[in-house]
Amino acid sequence: MSVLIVDGREIEFEPPATIIEACNKAGVYLPHLCWRPDFSPHGSCRVCTVRANGREVAACITAAEDGMRVENTADDIVEKRKTLLSMLFVEGNHVCPACEKSGNCQLQAVAYYHGVTAPTLTYFYPPRPLDASHPDVVIDLNRCILCELCVRASRQSDGKNVFSIGGRGIDAHLVVNSETGRLGDSELDIDDRAAHICPVGAILPRRGAFQTPIGRRKYDIDPIDVAGDASEGET
Amino acid sequence: MTPRGAQTPVTPSDPGDSLLQALVRRQWTHGGIDEIAMAEIAGRYGVSVGEVRGVVHFYAFLDDASGVTHDIRVSDNIVDRMAGSAELMALLARETGLSPGESRGPARLSFTSCIGLSDQGPSLLVNGLAMARVDAGRAAQIAERVRRGESVSRWPASWFTIEDNVRLPGRLLRGAFAPGEALGRARRIGSAALLDELEASGLRGRGGAGFPTARKWRLCAAAPGAHRVVVCNADEGEPGTFKDRVLLANHADRLLEGMAVCAAATGADIGLVYLRGEYRNLLDGLEGAISRLRAAGVIGDGFDVHVHLGAGAYICGEESALIESLEGHRGVPRIRPPFPVTRGYRGHPTVVNNVETFIAAAMVALNGPGWLREEGTPQSAGTRLLSVSGDCASPGIYEVPFGISIAEVLERCEARDTRAVQVGGPAGSLVPATRFDHRISHEDYSTGGSFMVFDDSRDLLDVVTNFTRFFTHESCGFCTPCRVGGALLGKRLDKIAGGGGTRVDVETMRQFAGVMRSASHCGLGQTASNPVMDLIEYFPEAIDARLCSMDYAPAFDLDAALREARELTGRDDPRAHLDRSEA
Ligand SMILES: Cc1cc2nc3c(=O)[nH]c(=O)nc-3n(C[C@H](O)[C@H](O)[C@H](O)COP(=O)(O)O)c2cc1C
Ligand code: SF4
Ligand code: SF4
Repeated sequence: MSVLIVDGREIEFEPPATIIEACNKAGVYLPHLCWRPDFSPHGSCRVCTVRANGREVAACITAAEDGMRVENTADDIVEKRKTLLSMLFVEGNHVCPACEKSGNCQLQAVAYYHGVTAPTLTYFYPPRPLDASHPDVVIDLNRCILCELCVRASRQSDGKNVFSIGGRGIDAHLVVNSETGRLGDSELDIDDRAAHICPVGAILPRRGAFQTPIGRRKYDIDPIDVAGDASEGET
Repeated sequence: MTPRGAQTPVTPSDPGDSLLQALVRRQWTHGGIDEIAMAEIAGRYGVSVGEVRGVVHFYAFLDDASGVTHDIRVSDNIVDRMAGSAELMALLARETGLSPGESRGPARLSFTSCIGLSDQGPSLLVNGLAMARVDAGRAAQIAERVRRGESVSRWPASWFTIEDNVRLPGRLLRGAFAPGEALGRARRIGSAALLDELEASGLRGRGGAGFPTARKWRLCAAAPGAHRVVVCNADEGEPGTFKDRVLLANHADRLLEGMAVCAAATGADIGLVYLRGEYRNLLDGLEGAISRLRAAGVIGDGFDVHVHLGAGAYICGEESALIESLEGHRGVPRIRPPFPVTRGYRGHPTVVNNVETFIAAAMVALNGPGWLREEGTPQSAGTRLLSVSGDCASPGIYEVPFGISIAEVLERCEARDTRAVQVGGPAGSLVPATRFDHRISHEDYSTGGSFMVFDDSRDLLDVVTNFTRFFTHESCGFCTPCRVGGALLGKRLDKIAGGGGTRVDVETMRQFAGVMRSASHCGLGQTASNPVMDLIEYFPEAIDARLCSMDYAPAFDLDAALREARELTGRDDPRAHLDRSEA
C-alpha cells in the first residue's frame, strides 16, 4: 500500500493507479467529466485538474506516487475548473431549463458543485445539427462536450465502433460511423452502453423524457460529490 | 479497434504506408477525396467511412470533394502579411472571381498557415507546390491561367524557384563528408562509445524543447521491443521557421546518415521522415537522396528509410501527434507517459528528432564531441540555425553560435528601428528592445530557430492577433482549454482591436491564459497564450491605447449580430447599423 496526501488527508492506494483512481477508491470526490472508472482514461475535459507535488496535472492521466501531495480544493485550482466549466458551457448551446437531461446532467452538476451558475463568458452560438434518424436514440450535438465516452463505450464495451471525432479545433465534432453519417444507418442499438453513457444531454434514448419530474432528479436530491457520476439509462 | 499506442506487428514492407498516405495520394491524383473514394479507401484499410471522414476533415490539405484542379493557398504568416499577402489575396480574388475560403468548385482560393517562406514572401501553394515572391505581375499571370483552366503542370518551372538565402554559414552548413563516412566511424567505435561521445558533445534537440539527444537515444536503446524506430521530424510548422527547408534541400544525405547513425546507436530497423505537406516540392530530392544512400549501402540493409507526407496540420510537429499521423490517424497528441522512446510508432520504441539534430549528430559521429563543443556555451553547445525574417535588409538563414545576443543578430541581418523580435515563433517569446541584450541559448531565450523582426512601424496587436488566430486554427480540438480558450482569446483581441475593449477584457485574457498554460494537454495549448501575455507584459501601450474608457463593455456586439439581417435585406445604410455609443 502507498499513501497519497489529498488536501492534507492521507489516503491509501494500491499502485499502479492514477490520482483519480486512488481518490475514487478512497471515497474522495474529485470533479471530472470525461473519466469513468471502467474506461481507458482520456484526459480531454481537464476538469480533474489538481496540483500534484506542485505541478498542475490532470488527475485522470497522472500516476499516483507514494507520498505525493495533491491539492484538490485550493482556491486557484477551483477557479481554473470554473473557467474550464464555463468554457464548456459557452462552446455549445446549453439551455438547461429546456433540456430533458437537466437534473441528471453531470456538466450541470459539477458546475453547481463549484458554484458556476451564470456563465460570464461570451457564448459562441455555434450552429450544430440534431440527428433524429434512429428509432430509439436522438443526438443533439448542441450539448456535446467531446468527452468521447460514447466513442469509448461503443469500442470498449459494445464491441462496435459507432462514433468518431471529425473536424479540428473549435470545429471538432462527434461523427457517426455509418455510410450516410446518420445514426439511423449505424449499428447503434438501444441496449448498447454507448446509447446511455452520455454525461450530458447530447445522446438521449427516446421515450424516457421527463419520466422523473424536474425537482426529483438525481442531482436535485444530492450534489454530485454524494450522488456520483451521471447514471446510465436515466433522463 | 486497437487502443492508441498498442504494439502492432510491422512488416518490413509497409512502414512507408498508412491510411493518411493513401488519402494524400488520392488528393494529388484526383484533386480531392469524394465519398466514393473514402468508402473505397476505408475498405482497403479496414476502417469505417466515419473514421476516414474524421481524418479527411482533420487535415487542412485534404478535400472531401473531387476534381479540384487549382487549389491556391496564400501563406498567412504575419511576415507574409507584411510583405503584402492580403493585397495578393485581394488581387487573386478579383482576377479569378473566387471568394477566399468559400469556393466549392474546381478552382479554390484560401489562406493557409505559414508555408516556410517568410524570407521570400508573399508566398503561396498551388496544388501543394510552393511559389515565393509572388508580386502583382505574377499574381495576374496566375489568375489568368486559373481562369483558362490551364493545368499547373504546364506553368513555367521558373515560377517555382525557391532561394536558399543562406546569409551566414557556419560549421554545420559547411560540414561535408562522403556517404558512409560518419556511419563507418560510428560502427567502428561501437554504440556505447558513440553514445558517450554524443553525451560529451552536449548535443540537445534543435526542434525547440532542447532535450539532450544522447539521453533520448539511450532510453530508446534500453526499451524492450521487437522493432525500434527512428523518426525525423521535418514538419517545421512553427511560423517564421524555414531552416529545415534549406537543410532538406541541400543536406538530405547528411540527414539520412544521421538517422542511420541513430539506428546504429539504438538498434533501430525502421526509419521514417515526416515531411510537412507544404514541402512537397522537396520530396523528389529527398527520395533521390534515399536512393543514393541505399546504393552506397548507408541505409537499406537492416535499416531503411521511408518518407511520409503531412497534410497541413501544425500539431503534427508535436512528437506524439506526429506518430499518430504516421500511423494514419488524426494528429491528436497522446497521453504521456508512456513517451515515444518506450512506446512510439505502432507501439515500438521510437526516437523523434529534428532535421538539424540528426545532421549535428552525424557530424559528432564523424568528428567526435569536440566538433560541437568548440562553439556555444556550456549548456548550449555548438551553433544554431536561425530563420530570420521580417523587417530587416537581409532575411535568410544565419548559423550563429549559441550565446549570441539578440542585438548581434539584429545587426547582422541589418535590422533598423526594431520594436520587437518574436524569438522561437508564436509559441516562443515576443522580446522588447529592453531585452535585446539577452541571448539565444537554452539558458536564456531558447528557440526552434524562428526569428521574426518587427520595426516601429508595426502594430503589435495585429501581430499578436495573427499568432493567436494561428493557434486557434491549428488546435487539434482535443482538450477544453486550448480548443475553447484559444477561440475566446481571439474574440477578446478582436473586441480590443475594434475599440470596444476594457480593462475587464485584459483581465479575462489573463484568466484564459492561466488555464491554457497549466491545463492544456500538449505544448500547443500550453504556449498558445504566450503572444497575448507577452504583449500585455511588455507592450501594454499597444493595448491600452485601444481600450474604451468604460470598465465593462458587453462582449456581444449588437451591430455585428445584425450583419446577417443586413445581408438578407441587402442593406448597408447607416440606419441598418447600431452605433456602439447608443447601444
Ligand atoms: C505544437 C508543437 C509543434 C511542434 N513542431 C515541431 C516541428 O515542426 N519540428 C520539430 O522538430 N519539433 C517540433 N516540436 C517538438 C517535438 O515535439 C519534439 O520535441 C522534437 O521533434 C524532438 O526533436 P529534437 O529533440 O531533435 O528537438 C513541436 C512541439 C509542439 C508541442
Ligand atoms: S455525445 Fe455525449 S458522450 Fe459522446 S462525446 Fe458528446 S458529450 Fe461525450
Ligand atoms: S493543447 Fe490544443 S493541440 Fe494540444 S491536445 Fe489540447 S487541443 Fe489539441
